[in-house]
Amino acid sequence: MKNKTSFPPREGEARPSRCPDNSAFKQQKLPAWKPQLTIATVLSSFFLTGAFCLSVGVCLILSTNSVREIQIDYSDKCSDCSKLRENSSNWNKECHCSVNFMLKEDILGDVFMYYGLQNFYQNHRRYVISRSDAQLLGRNVNIQKSYCAPFTTYRNGTPMAPCGAIANSMFNDTIDLFYNLKSSVIQVPLLKTGNSWWTDKNVKFRNPKSYNLSSAFAGTARPPYWQKPVYLLDEEDERNNGYINDNFIIWMRVSAFATFRNLYRRVSRIRQFADGLPAGNYTFHISYNFPVTKFKGRKYVILSTVVWSGGSNPFLGIAYVVSGTAATLTGFVITAIHLKLRKKKAYFQK
Amino acid sequence: MADPIRWARYRWQRLISSEGREGSSSSNSSNKCYQSSKTIGKHRIVIPCLGHFKEEYEKVSKLYMNNKIRTTKYTLLNFLPRNLFEQFHRVANLYFLFLVVLNWVPLVEAFQKEITMLPLVVVLTIIAVKDGLEDYSKYKMDKQINNLLTKVYSRKEKKYIDECWKNVNVGDFIRLSRNEIIPADMVLLYSSDLDGICYIETASLDGETNLKQRQVVRGYSEQVSEIDPEKFSSRIECESPNNDLSCFRGFVEHSNKDRVGLSKENLLLRGCTVRNTEAVVGIVVYAGHETKAMLNNSGPHYKRSKLERKVNTDILWCVLLLILMCLTGAIGHGIWLSRYSEIPFFNIPEPDGKLIPPILAGFNMFWTMIILLQVLIPISLYVSIEIVKLGQIYLIQNDIDFYHEKTDSTIQCRALNIAEDLGQIQYIFSDKTGTLTENKMVFRRCSIAGQEYCHEENAKRLESYQEMDSEDEDSADHQCGSSTHMSKWRGHNCRAVNEPLNRKSLNQLSGSYPALGREDGAGDGPHSGHVAFSSPIETDVVPDAQLLEKFSQISSHSYQQSEEASSRLSLEAMYITDFFLALSICNTVVVSVPNQPRHKMRLSSLGRMPIKSLEEIRQMFQRLSVRRLSSSPLPSVKESSSESPYSFVSKLSIFRMKLASPALDGAAQRAAEPHDTDSPENSQVPQELGTVNVAASCEHNDAASSIEVSPLPKLCYEAESPDEAALVHAARAYKCILQSRTPDQVTVDFAGLGSLTFQLLHILPFDSVRKRMSVVVRHPVSNKVVVYTKGADSVMMDLLRTASQVGTNNSEMEQKKIKKRTQKHLDDYARRGLRTLCIAKKVMSDAEYAEWLNHHFLAETSIDNREELLLESAIRLETELTLLGATGIEDRLQEGVPDTIQALRKAGIKIWMLTGDKRETAVNIAYACKLLEPDDRIFTLKSQSRDACALVMSKILEGIQNTSAKKKPSQKLGNVSASVSTQAPGFSAGLVIDGRTLEHVLHDSLQNIFLELTEKCRAVVCCRATPLQKSVLVRLVRNKLKAMTLAVGDGANDVSMIQVADTGVGILGQEGMQAVMASDFAVSQFRHLRKLLLVHGHWCYTRLTNMVLYFFYKNVAYVNLLFWYQFFCGFSGTSMTDYWILILFNLLFTSVPPIIYGVLDKDVSAEILMQLPQLYMMSQKSVAYLPSTFWITLLDAFYQSLVCFFVPYFTYYGSDIDIFSFGNPINTAALFIILFHLLIECKSVTWIHTVVTVGSILFYFVFALAFGATCKSHNPPSNPYWIMEKHMTDPVFYLVCLLTTCVALLPRYLLRVLQGTLFPSPVLRAKHLDRLTPEEQREAIKRWKDDCIVNCRVDFQATSGSSNSATGAVPEEESIASVLPTSETPFQACSRDGLVEDTSFLPDIQDESGHTNGLDSEKTVFLNSSNETNSDTFGSNNSYAKVSVCASEEGSSAVSLAHKAGLNSVLCEENALMYFTKLEC
Repeated sequence: MKNKTSFPPREGEARPSRCPDNSAFKQQKLPAWKPQLTIATVLSSFFLTGAFCLSVGVCLILSTNSVREIQIDYSDKCSDCSKLRENSSNWNKECHCSVNFMLKEDILGDVFMYYGLQNFYQNHRRYVISRSDAQLLGRNVNIQKSYCAPFTTYRNGTPMAPCGAIANSMFNDTIDLFYNLKSSVIQVPLLKTGNSWWTDKNVKFRNPKSYNLSSAFAGTARPPYWQKPVYLLDEEDERNNGYINDNFIIWMRVSAFATFRNLYRRVSRIRQFADGLPAGNYTFHISYNFPVTKFKGRKYVILSTVVWSGGSNPFLGIAYVVSGTAATLTGFVITAIHLKLRKKKAYFQK
Repeated sequence: MADPIRWARYRWQRLISSEGREGSSSSNSSNKCYQSSKTIGKHRIVIPCLGHFKEEYEKVSKLYMNNKIRTTKYTLLNFLPRNLFEQFHRVANLYFLFLVVLNWVPLVEAFQKEITMLPLVVVLTIIAVKDGLEDYSKYKMDKQINNLLTKVYSRKEKKYIDECWKNVNVGDFIRLSRNEIIPADMVLLYSSDLDGICYIETASLDGETNLKQRQVVRGYSEQVSEIDPEKFSSRIECESPNNDLSCFRGFVEHSNKDRVGLSKENLLLRGCTVRNTEAVVGIVVYAGHETKAMLNNSGPHYKRSKLERKVNTDILWCVLLLILMCLTGAIGHGIWLSRYSEIPFFNIPEPDGKLIPPILAGFNMFWTMIILLQVLIPISLYVSIEIVKLGQIYLIQNDIDFYHEKTDSTIQCRALNIAEDLGQIQYIFSDKTGTLTENKMVFRRCSIAGQEYCHEENAKRLESYQEMDSEDEDSADHQCGSSTHMSKWRGHNCRAVNEPLNRKSLNQLSGSYPALGREDGAGDGPHSGHVAFSSPIETDVVPDAQLLEKFSQISSHSYQQSEEASSRLSLEAMYITDFFLALSICNTVVVSVPNQPRHKMRLSSLGRMPIKSLEEIRQMFQRLSVRRLSSSPLPSVKESSSESPYSFVSKLSIFRMKLASPALDGAAQRAAEPHDTDSPENSQVPQELGTVNVAASCEHNDAASSIEVSPLPKLCYEAESPDEAALVHAARAYKCILQSRTPDQVTVDFAGLGSLTFQLLHILPFDSVRKRMSVVVRHPVSNKVVVYTKGADSVMMDLLRTASQVGTNNSEMEQKKIKKRTQKHLDDYARRGLRTLCIAKKVMSDAEYAEWLNHHFLAETSIDNREELLLESAIRLETELTLLGATGIEDRLQEGVPDTIQALRKAGIKIWMLTGDKRETAVNIAYACKLLEPDDRIFTLKSQSRDACALVMSKILEGIQNTSAKKKPSQKLGNVSASVSTQAPGFSAGLVIDGRTLEHVLHDSLQNIFLELTEKCRAVVCCRATPLQKSVLVRLVRNKLKAMTLAVGDGANDVSMIQVADTGVGILGQEGMQAVMASDFAVSQFRHLRKLLLVHGHWCYTRLTNMVLYFFYKNVAYVNLLFWYQFFCGFSGTSMTDYWILILFNLLFTSVPPIIYGVLDKDVSAEILMQLPQLYMMSQKSVAYLPSTFWITLLDAFYQSLVCFFVPYFTYYGSDIDIFSFGNPINTAALFIILFHLLIECKSVTWIHTVVTVGSILFYFVFALAFGATCKSHNPPSNPYWIMEKHMTDPVFYLVCLLTTCVALLPRYLLRVLQGTLFPSPVLRAKHLDRLTPEEQREAIKRWKDDCIVNCRVDFQATSGSSNSATGAVPEEESIASVLPTSETPFQACSRDGLVEDTSFLPDIQDESGHTNGLDSEKTVFLNSSNETNSDTFGSNNSYAKVSVCASEEGSSAVSLAHKAGLNSVLCEENALMYFTKLEC
């Protein structure tokens, strides 16, 4: 301690010296790691980063390459239907069309069927908030207060169930996949549950409590664009009906971009589809309900497998490879500069 | 027609008469200056609430405040509204309020309403809590003070009763005992002291620890018993409350309409402590907030730092950016909307089913975007800056290097928000005395009657002191301190009432919060303040042998001389005697004895000598008569005539007779004196009689004196100024000991003469206008009225007796000779850097005195323009003086001043010395402290008219430009920093300017040229500058050069300068607290400036700039993420992050690390910064915060946000990712980027950084996880339910975050790498030094410095070489440039010491010899050139300007001789033109 008082303590007053503590913190002498950009640390950091990125990138590219995906734009292929849907007065007229395609090779593993939409701005600010989570939890809430407007109630005061623009604009095409084996047509078994997040299905979405669904939703009306009320979304499966319908849940998870895909079905791996989809001719039978021409959009149906790194998007792998290469190159450049400068005296690190 | 005129006249007469009545009643004297009735309104009338005054009292006192104080800003009720009101004075807060309000408009609402309020509410709450706590502590303090008890006279109980302070009212009588604190400003009516004196300690008010003397109102001091309030029937009229501590005017009007003047001598100030006086009674005149102490308490002041101003402009840029982004959003939204002919699913129509037109939607979107992107304007920045500054101040205050052991004081930061300005100082304006010097005055030399005594022994002693300085002083302090300590401690016990008062409250009593630094010192510290001006170095004066010899011979020699002989020796003896008497009398020193501290020495020999008591009685009579004399406007002729018959000769003879008898004189004097007064004839009584008379008492006297001599060292002198103390101590060394001082008399123990008691008639205190002080005493021996004056030689020399009196031609000649020689000595002293004082005296006849007294009395009692009248009166007295001699007092440089100044100059700071001292003294101190260097060319600016001044300055400038252009044609470095680059190496000049010239120079028309000139000079010394000029200079530099200025000073005369400068630094010196009160930082030593600026300034500046830049970066980077997303959501204002996380991101997750960074980051260690002052230039030039830096930072932020957004975007493009799942990796990556960016920027990472960074990351994840797990449904439905949990199990999430972070930070990292290796800045290089071992470090620093020096040298040599070759001169580095205005007039011989002997008859411009003087004068060569021109050369003005341009080299004596020889030949050359010439030898 530097604090040596020159006065011996006197009675009555051991006056504390005003001398500040000589602690490391107060004297700003805390032991510190001073990151020094020496040539060793710099080069090792660049080369290590480069090596790491390259290896990760290669892994990613390899895994992405194993993904098999087929995407079919059916918005034009069912031109009749799209014409029909342009006029909203025809909303209750059914329209079907089929799309044929051929798989040149087997798609092995779990095959997922998506529907894709282009130019559908699900991420519009007011669209995103136009829902009532409380209502979807099965609570009896006054949706008037929620952000559902203007899709809250009908003029007569009947509340919509579910309310809000998201629910109202739900994708309502039904797509079935048929496998044309020789002359026979086999419907590919598709799973319509288990596609949504477990937490969504079991926690976030709940049906109102009642002895049956129709009574639970009594006093409410379907959203204006819907053809049937919410409790008839899946008449076959009680556990996939109402708010906890998988299609509904997935739709309610608004997508991040204007072009997006949503999981629609999974291929059930039974019988000849146990290993996935074998190569051959297939047909989509589509009940065409969802109008896309209004917003100059397009509709797709996508069959794809999934790996640990996601879908068929190779971007991440490429990005890793590129940045890995960049880092390595930079490392080499720095080495070159270093070697060149070392000959000169001006280099301060000697 | 006539009627109105008559009426008007009537009115006029009435007015006149009423005024006349007023005038006649106001005073018995004729010219009582009562100016007009309008001033009366400004006066305050104080009446005791007693007896017949009761009604009037009730009427009047309602208008006055009582003594209750409330310093709090808020009350419980108005806290919320008022605090909010004050907070919303800030534009930033208003902006955020506007955003909150905006969010309540449904059309543009972007977030949930309540959430937007959150940041604002948090910020407001933090500040409100801070304010509230501050206010609460004030409230508690107020309460404590208000409830202190004091004795107030109660009318009911007819005695003094205990009363709370807050219940004291104006007009109350208060009785205080010793060591009690004065509760309100009151006029002293009674003191238990017999002389009606009361001592107060004003330490808590102004920090001055010496006792101040206060006097009972005249007319009350004779009362033997205590004043009875019941009988008090006078009115007091005084000026309205004001904050002038040094002034109080008023009068007491007795019931018989007699008026007695009141001055500050009669006023006891609130907050002071009564000392050494058993009891005092006073009447309260000002109470509570109207007391002078409270009015002086202006509280802390706020300054806005340069950086903060810059930040504000950059915030404006941010606003522009924001508007741009919002416009983009608005237009984009409009276009996007117009693409759709009908309502798409995802666009929600209005309730009426219609869609708003795209243009309107775009307009609405603009506001929505503002809300969404509001974080671009960082609300947290302001709060963070405040916090960081607090942290920085805390660290500065805790720096152990600022601790000064001797005074137990450390740095005080009184302004909290300009710490970073310390890093950008370009100009330092320094006071000299007490700032550069110790303000410890040491008596060095004196000259008496033209004979110099150089006190060689004393010089030796001082040298030895210099070596073993500190320990000695410590022990001395200790000795002196310990003894006083005891009593202080006792004092504490007595102050039982004050027990609950801590020091802080004591401070508040006086209303001077900011006196924090000195509280301890004032309260009980035994340090310098207490033993002010009495460290041994000051007190121990070794007498000069020669003088001592003469001194001791005084008596014996003159004894043998015949009476009439006006021989040299005897006259000299008289001079010596008078000289020392003047030294010991002419001051305001209070004498006390340490073991009975603060008890004045009252007639120490009283009671020991019966004769003495007789003497007392006689003197008392005399005093009474004098008082009568002074109280009656026309003194009786009889009294004065009774003493008048003495002739000068007879007085002299008597005096000499006294001198003659060394042992007996004291007694003889006493014996003789009564005779003298009683009957003039008795003065012829033979000496033997006197001797016989006192023979008996002689032994007594001896015994007494021996007793008195033995406790000699115990006498403590408490002086107001150190010079006084030094002189008194010097006199003491010659056994001319100041024994005691009361208001009426001074007792001096004179070696040869015994104890002499002078009757003190007047003290005309020192003031800066007169520059002198005088005492008027009645000489005990001659019984004449003698005036002793001491003052600055410049004023004193003009006051000397010049008119020849008949018959005294001889002495007249003598005087002239003395004057001449003394002046020579004075000049010599000044050149040695000593402070000079002239001592003179004047003998007055009683008639003269009476006449003067009459006038003086009038002046004293006038109320309005009393100051001027008193000044006039003093001037009238101080004429016709007889010069006795002069003193030279040394004021030593403070420790480490030269080093500090050199370091600061290396740091690129220009230092100006502004002092009130003489030019020679100032220049010498400047040399001593390395402000000027022997190599420097010194330009002395001294001119009497503005035109001449302008001419001279332009000539000098021209000269400089010529030489510098010739010397270094390729030296132009561009205008990066004019002040630095123009001052090229190898050419350094100093400018010396005096106060009178300064007056011209500061005129508007000359300001620019003057500044241009000063920019070329590396140091400027302004001497004889008044406080006002100091502040004007500072303001000039600050405003015109746009430079950052720092003013440092220690005294009241520096206050204005300190307040004007960007940063004011006060030195806790010996001259009280005023400078400290006004300052932003207060240090105890000048050398502390070095660390304060070079280290803390650098740190604070770089830290804060880096933090501010980081904040800008952080906000721009983060906000842009949202902005990029707008391109993919139809510019609809969607955020892909949950609002909560969005808001809390800035508030919680990323706010602490930058603050820690701002407080603790350390780019270069303190040691390196101290050793390499050059590094300071980096921060001085704002390298860390150039506009380009700001934009680079923003660019980097843009890049990083692009990476951070688009890597996840492309990764998830086309997948089934939902909006918040997409936002989550972006947000997480942004967190990593922002935190790791900080780590890259960090120069030193301590465990605190680590903890905070890791803590922030952990906190983010914990929060996100917890939030994700719990919020099943929260409104609005931005529902991040389970997203984080889901992502935590997804490898892609990690890969995305990793890649994003790496790619985003790569450029910044690369930049730093390249900066660190390829183009290292000096700071980086210095940082590198930190890693080296101590030896290597020393080596490297040396090399660095050498590099610098070599660079300079190369330049220097090149330039000097060229100049030498150009002139074909000797190969010395020698160049003398001189402005030589020459003409027909012959060359005027110039004095070697560079002083103008006669200026009065000089024509227009005189090229006056300059001089330089290094520390050792032997080696310094004086080169003078002098010439003279006719007035027609330069215009028609009859004034003259002198310029001296001179350069001197420190060379060998041979060279100097050669120079001298050369001078004579070269200088005689005549030329009709002004030219710049090189002198060579």
